[in-house]
Amino acid sequence: MMTTKRVAAQSRRRPNLAAGIPGVAVAMALVAAAFFGIPFIALLVDITWSELPELLTSRSALDALWLSLRTAVAATLICIALGIPLALVLARTEFPGRTLTRSIVLVPLVIPPVVAGIILTEAFGRRGLLGEQLSAFGLDISFTTAAVVMAQTFVSLPFMVTSLESHLGSSGQHYERTAQSLGASKWRTFTTITLPLLRPGLISGTVLTFARALGEFGATITFAGSLQGTTRTMPLEIYLARETDPDAAVALSLVLILVAVAVIAVAYFRPATNQS
Amino acid sequence: MRRRFVATLILAALALGGCSSSTDSAGGQEGSLTVLAAASLQQAFDDIAAGFTAKHPGMSVDFNYAGSSTLVQNLDAGAPADVFASADEANMDTAQDAGLIDEPTRDVFAANTLVGIVPLDNPANIATLEDANAAGVNLVVCAPQVPCGALSQSIAEAAGSTLNPVSEEQQVSDVLGKVRSGQADAGLVYATDAALAPDEVSTFELEGADDQHNSYPIARTANAEDPEAAAAFIDYVQSHAGQAILEDHGFVVPQER
Repeated sequence: MMTTKRVAAQSRRRPNLAAGIPGVAVAMALVAAAFFGIPFIALLVDITWSELPELLTSRSALDALWLSLRTAVAATLICIALGIPLALVLARTEFPGRTLTRSIVLVPLVIPPVVAGIILTEAFGRRGLLGEQLSAFGLDISFTTAAVVMAQTFVSLPFMVTSLESHLGSSGQHYERTAQSLGASKWRTFTTITLPLLRPGLISGTVLTFARALGEFGATITFAGSLQGTTRTMPLEIYLARETDPDAAVALSLVLILVAVAVIAVAYFRPATNQS
Repeated sequence: MRRRFVATLILAALALGGCSSSTDSAGGQEGSLTVLAAASLQQAFDDIAAGFTAKHPGMSVDFNYAGSSTLVQNLDAGAPADVFASADEANMDTAQDAGLIDEPTRDVFAANTLVGIVPLDNPANIATLEDANAAGVNLVVCAPQVPCGALSQSIAEAAGSTLNPVSEEQQVSDVLGKVRSGQADAGLVYATDAALAPDEVSTFELEGADDQHNSYPIARTANAEDPEAAAAFIDYVQSHAGQAILEDHGFVVPQER
């Protein structure tokens, strides 16, 4: 009773603050929000609005944007196709080396993207471990758009796996067991029970994966190279534009941010019916 | 062009009389010096700093190596610096127009030429720019937006051809890296970069490359905290000792032109 009273008294005093959040934390949260917000304000202030249409419709900018969208979508689809099975196996099976496998899957989250690019080159590059065999079949991945998609998939797959795994871990397997005891096949159980239960994790995983793929820079420039229309995605174009035309770099940055914001908005800010 | 000629004359004069005049200028000084230098100068300037601090024991030199245009942007954003060394005249012009450097101290201290490189085993059997430009060859060059790329393009144009690369890198070190790893069959880099990996790449000459080179200008910054020490460093870069170090690293030094 004492506790409830105190909480009630507190919330009367500071009606807008959630119970249990110290004032210091609110102040720190404001600092954090400002830290994120100020650069975006600075970007908007810095843009030469009158030149914006011209800067954004240049051939190289359009090529880069189109390439970025195509490759990020492709990488996201691959991450969905590979990430769901991988997360299922990691979360619901026991096998020797599972912990090691999970650690390796998470490594791209921790290493600098340039390092990801270097090890991709060591593996799939022309003189890499598998690259030599691939070359023998006439498959030369380096400097192609496929290399861009591979780099993006490599760095963003962990986001898909971790967001799916966290949902798989918490939801248990009761529904699946019941369905199978009632005679449903494994595949039917997977498509009618497991996948729908995974939906929230799949949505956040897809958004994170797409965003990471869209922003990929280091692994791409190291593994795939940089050529307009083939491998030069938006981040590479922005970095290159900075060399000669900082205004164009700022304008392109705005586009990339708007695309990212749009993706997040579509995924998260719908009528809140399916919140878990 | 005329400025470059004058600069060369001044340089030659400095190089001849430089050693005697610069010895005592900052002899007993103490302090630290911040030098913004083009990435291609890294190895040479590290050696030059060793020589400079040996001569001026109280001094220490800190470097910020990056692409020349990035350095100009850093300077413009107020990065503390005493000396700026650019890999081309264009970026030094930008700095000068923005009032970021002390104009009278500006001078060309070295030049870099372009060479072709191939992996040691030369899988695509390349010996000329024409070979490197052929269809099916993985040629990697610098993007035209950066100094080494602009130079690559103008050398190709002078030879009557258009470059046909599979990748245009932002940094010359990335071109070297892609040839080193065998990803690329050929690349166009500065002679100084080729000199970094003699065991992994071999070079071929580019027709007309001798007529075109990048001049490296150096200048004291307008906001140098220690103008005397900055001047002493610039003197050292242009001294016999400094020029010999630059030559060791593959640069062409002014008096040879």
